[in-house]
Amino acid sequence: MTVRQLQYREALNEALHEEMARDPSVCVLGEDVGRYGSPFQVTRGLFDKYGEKRVRDTPISEEGFIGIAVGAAMSGLRPVAEILYIDFSTLAMDQIVNQAAKARYMFGGKARVPLVVRMQGGGGRGNAAHHSQSLEMWYVHIPGLIVIQPSTPYDAKGLLKSAIRNDNPVIFIEHKLLYNTSGPVPDEEYLIPIGVADVKRTGDDVTIVATSRMVLFALNAAEELARQGIEAEVIDPRTLKPLDIDTIVRSVEKTGRLVVVNEGHLTGGFTAEVAARVQREAFDWLDAPIMQVASEDVPLPYNGRLELEAIPNEQDIVNAVQEVVYWD
Amino acid sequence: MKLSGDKLANMYYRMWLIRYFDEGARSLFQENMIRGTTHMYTGEEAVAVGACTALNQDDYITSTHRGHGHCLAKGGDSRAMMAELLGKVTGYCKGKGGSMHIADFDLGILGANGIVGGGIGIATGAAYSADLRGSGQVAICFFGDGASNQGILMEVANMAALWKLPVIYLCEENQYAQFSPSKPFIALERIEMKARAFGLTGITVDGNDVLAVYEAVRQAAERARNGEGPTLLVAQTYRVEGHTVGDPLTYRPKSETEEWKSAERDPISRFGRYLTEEANFSKNELETLRAKARADIDEAIQFAIDSPEPEITTLWEDVYA
Repeated sequence: MTVRQLQYREALNEALHEEMARDPSVCVLGEDVGRYGSPFQVTRGLFDKYGEKRVRDTPISEEGFIGIAVGAAMSGLRPVAEILYIDFSTLAMDQIVNQAAKARYMFGGKARVPLVVRMQGGGGRGNAAHHSQSLEMWYVHIPGLIVIQPSTPYDAKGLLKSAIRNDNPVIFIEHKLLYNTSGPVPDEEYLIPIGVADVKRTGDDVTIVATSRMVLFALNAAEELARQGIEAEVIDPRTLKPLDIDTIVRSVEKTGRLVVVNEGHLTGGFTAEVAARVQREAFDWLDAPIMQVASEDVPLPYNGRLELEAIPNEQDIVNAVQEVVYWD
Repeated sequence: MKLSGDKLANMYYRMWLIRYFDEGARSLFQENMIRGTTHMYTGEEAVAVGACTALNQDDYITSTHRGHGHCLAKGGDSRAMMAELLGKVTGYCKGKGGSMHIADFDLGILGANGIVGGGIGIATGAAYSADLRGSGQVAICFFGDGASNQGILMEVANMAALWKLPVIYLCEENQYAQFSPSKPFIALERIEMKARAFGLTGITVDGNDVLAVYEAVRQAAERARNGEGPTLLVAQTYRVEGHTVGDPLTYRPKSETEEWKSAERDPISRFGRYLTEEANFSKNELETLRAKARADIDEAIQFAIDSPEPEITTLWEDVYA
């Protein structure tokens, strides 16, 4: 039996349909998520099926509707809010960072904030500095938040369903250039556990940890490296927080070499965090310095040549791997 | 609507409870038993008590950094509150929240808030939740004249008006915003005028008259429950104390404060006069209620002092559900 192929956007849409059918407390809010079905079509069909109260078209008021989602999550609902671009989530930072993330701890463990904030980030499409950022580390830094970044349709669906059922605020970050990618998604229901990495490719020579769209780049780079006789293991953490560091460390213990790839900026970024933790937990197994492949420390430029230079690509990953493999 | 004698007595008791709670908090702060900072609600008791008397137990409130009064008015336990101020494990938040973060989800208290205006979105979300669930609950969002300038109010009030959410935005106009008078920072003549821009019903009430506040909130709650939409209710009052305990109050004349503290204006004195003159309460009955409040706060303070500190291991608990 062949497994059907779904687009990333379709897989996310299916997750929302299934969870709304399963649990009447699940509701969706955001700009153009109702009648229009959201600009990336992830909420398509929900409005017709569940009506305007459970699928709320909101004004362009990011702080306001995220605040409403936080309050709704504290009082019996499981809201899934959509912020069109992760760049706009900065407008809602008080609600996410000060309210949603803090409530449980600050109120002594009594609050429950089962909230999912979906947003999409990343560059590569010429959207320039206000529509191209990779701000995942802003959220990873905050205790109380869970941060998820799926790279495949299969992971997107299974993780969104788990996020909706989770009792914590979850920042669910999609990538604008993944929506049209396709992959196998089974007909039957499944969940993917939060906090579990996935080994996308096995190999003995080097470990590549990559997130979101960079997973696709890492897999392409691994094919190129295989032609050069280097077998790379590609690990997708899928959940950035909590991070499945054990899977990464086990791989490094096998390969002795690590390259970390993330589309966020280099300084203070995800690659630095993984490097710090691996050197602490697997220092004796490392045969080369850990290499970081990340976006340049510049705002994302509009011009195509400049943007390509700013964000990591396959060749950057190949170069980094060669450097650690041939280190002496 | 006429309130029963028991309700009136409870209101009077709660007002004194709030007064003594915050006086106790001031003393404990001055004795260095309370860390960080403490904001007193003194002089504004009529707003919280009048408003919460008009609510059911399962209705929601969100509170502010100056929040002790709201929590006590909604039925909060003064012992767990005082223990929280002292950072004790018996406190509402097991010592992790302190003065500005008291919550009691069983009483619909969705938290005091350290961010000015921080509860405005949450209250509106609770109203959205009540509406979607068809529960008939309402939410009151307490905030101050200072917070009336925060952008989120415009955003969520617009949505609340569009969707006819059962929420009451209760602005406590205590005339000060942190360490400045509030008027020079509000372009409109009266805060109530913002209601028009937001699409809300706007009402101004004497915030030192507990029965006037009660009646205004009762009517606003009735409109909310009937699907007639949200209200911006401005309760005009006065912040008798500084922004925080220890505020040198260099920005206002003492005479102004003395006037508001006078028996003529003080909300508890005013309500006491009403009770004896128009509701057949004897002076003895009022004295008994006042003394009970005093004794309850004394006991709360002792309970807090006697309570244990949290174990270090709790540091890592409750970050995630």
